[in-house]
Amino acid sequence: MAQVELKQVRKTYPNGAEAIFGVDMQIDDGELIVFVGPSGCGKSTLLRMVAGLESVTSGDILIGDRLINDVSPSERDVAMVFQNYALYPHMSVRGNMSYGLKNRKMDKAEIERRITDAAKMLKIDQFLDRQPNQLSGGQRQRVAMGRAIVRNPQVFLFDEPLSNLDAKLRVQMRIEIKKLQRRMNVTSIYVTHDQTEAMTLADRLAVINEGRVEQMGAPMELYSNPRTLFVASFIGSPAINLIPVRFDGTSLLAGDISIAGFSGLPKDKDLVLGVRPDVLTVSDAGQFAISVDLVEQHGGENLIYGSLSGVSADNGDAQEMCLKASHDLLPGIDEKMKLAFNPDDAFVFEKDTGTRLI
Amino acid sequence: MERVPISTHIILIIGALFMTLPVWVAFATSTHAPETILREGLQFWPGAHFFETYNEVLFVEGGVMKKVTATTMLKNSMILGVGFAIGKVVISMLAAYAIVYFRFRLGVPLFWIIFMTLLLPLEVRIIPSYEVVANMGLLDTKAGLIIPLIASATGTFFFRQFFKSVPDELLEAARLDGATAWGFFIDILVPLSKTMIAAILIIMFVVGWNQYLWPLIMTTKEENYTLVIGIKQIYQVLNEGGELPQFQKAFALTILATLPPVLVVLIFQRWFVKGLVESEK
Repeated sequence: MAQVELKQVRKTYPNGAEAIFGVDMQIDDGELIVFVGPSGCGKSTLLRMVAGLESVTSGDILIGDRLINDVSPSERDVAMVFQNYALYPHMSVRGNMSYGLKNRKMDKAEIERRITDAAKMLKIDQFLDRQPNQLSGGQRQRVAMGRAIVRNPQVFLFDEPLSNLDAKLRVQMRIEIKKLQRRMNVTSIYVTHDQTEAMTLADRLAVINEGRVEQMGAPMELYSNPRTLFVASFIGSPAINLIPVRFDGTSLLAGDISIAGFSGLPKDKDLVLGVRPDVLTVSDAGQFAISVDLVEQHGGENLIYGSLSGVSADNGDAQEMCLKASHDLLPGIDEKMKLAFNPDDAFVFEKDTGTRLI
Repeated sequence: MERVPISTHIILIIGALFMTLPVWVAFATSTHAPETILREGLQFWPGAHFFETYNEVLFVEGGVMKKVTATTMLKNSMILGVGFAIGKVVISMLAAYAIVYFRFRLGVPLFWIIFMTLLLPLEVRIIPSYEVVANMGLLDTKAGLIIPLIASATGTFFFRQFFKSVPDELLEAARLDGATAWGFFIDILVPLSKTMIAAILIIMFVVGWNQYLWPLIMTTKEENYTLVIGIKQIYQVLNEGGELPQFQKAFALTILATLPPVLVVLIFQRWFVKGLVESEK
């Protein structure tokens, strides 16, 4: 169990490509931190730097109080679960789990005890003598986790461990990982590009974009109080509605419509209004008029997509709006609806910089 | 199973006959007395002298100096074939491991230099190679026979391609598991390459067994002859000696020379095919 600290960590590849631009982060003992961001944002690179699989160009990484920049991966006391499991194909499950311990010259009885414990915890005890190619994806994933657990490391690192599983299994394993991490209380870093996974697993999550941490905090904090346009658009499913607007001193103007209830915004700049699909309500006094394009029925709720009349998006297409409604609201295609929202629940961002103004 | 047209079978049978008939003729002829062969030419049916011929070839010392038996030559050929195959696999695996997993200066150009030696068969560099081995005092030794041949561009290339197809995550997992460079090679790569190793061992055994030019110039003493050279020597005796030509012995030696490679391939063909076909990850 340990804290992990990143101080001004940077990564520049030998060919000059910069991957990480000065990340500062403090991860507490026993905390589950999720790095989330789009492909190529540097989240995996950052994780691999903690693991020791990538070198640190500048800055410091500390586990506990130990500076580990130049410590070899095996001596960092971290264990990693890989996306494609990375099980040794020619070794049995037991062989896979014991390999790291044998390399550490651990006592045979102790190895056996740890394997038995971990296998029981992960419910893979009946597979111990099988080869990885005789296991299903979910079972392989458990073995990969077992291999990490037997090491009894100070930090667990997960690199998109669930992305090779089918949707149902993914949800199930997600819950198990969370439970396991709670029970073992080991500091963990988890990388994913799936924002649902990020929201549900994380104690805190770090949204990473183009090699920088855009915002770090508890999932709900990021959802309800995003600091930038990127965070607002990345977190939340269905995605937030973003409407290009300008401010005329008293209200926001978007195409033909004007929305009151805002103040203190710059007049001469392109702005973006962000409204989450779940704060929109159907009301005749609503600010937005939409014509329904599509209704997705999810069982408990319906997602209603429509084009906003009077506004066109930047590319000239109709501006899409999404509304999250209860399952009994089922409008027909092309039906006109009016949607309202409370200005306090909406965000306004500066378009060019992405900074949040309100 | 689909019904195969009869013409396909006929073509297959003709092909098989074409391949095996010469071997059969060699075998049948080897079981006749030298007088019969001289008088009637090649024989298509076995004669009565099987034991006589093979006993003489295997156990009675022959050759120009009357010093070598086929048993000795078989042993020499076996040492050459096995040493050649094992040496090639070991050297080329290590070379491929270095090329794929270690970033060192000039790694890529070095690989291409190794690869380009494929363009230079032994025949081209045989005089310098001979010079080197002779200066090292290795003429007429097993080491001199084997070592100059074991550097293998083909083997290095095959193993390089195979190692490149092993996912990087395995290496990373092994690093986190505390495996040393040597440990990763022995514990992970070698077992993963098992079928590949088997296939290359078999191919290289056959290639080594069939070496002709190099053993011919490397060995001067008859007791160091390999079987393939032995055959040649017997023909030479046939042409130069005033004795009755011993064609049956030459054919018997030929049959003996083909047997071990055939056996190796037959016994290990399952591995062999697996190694060539399988893309095991």
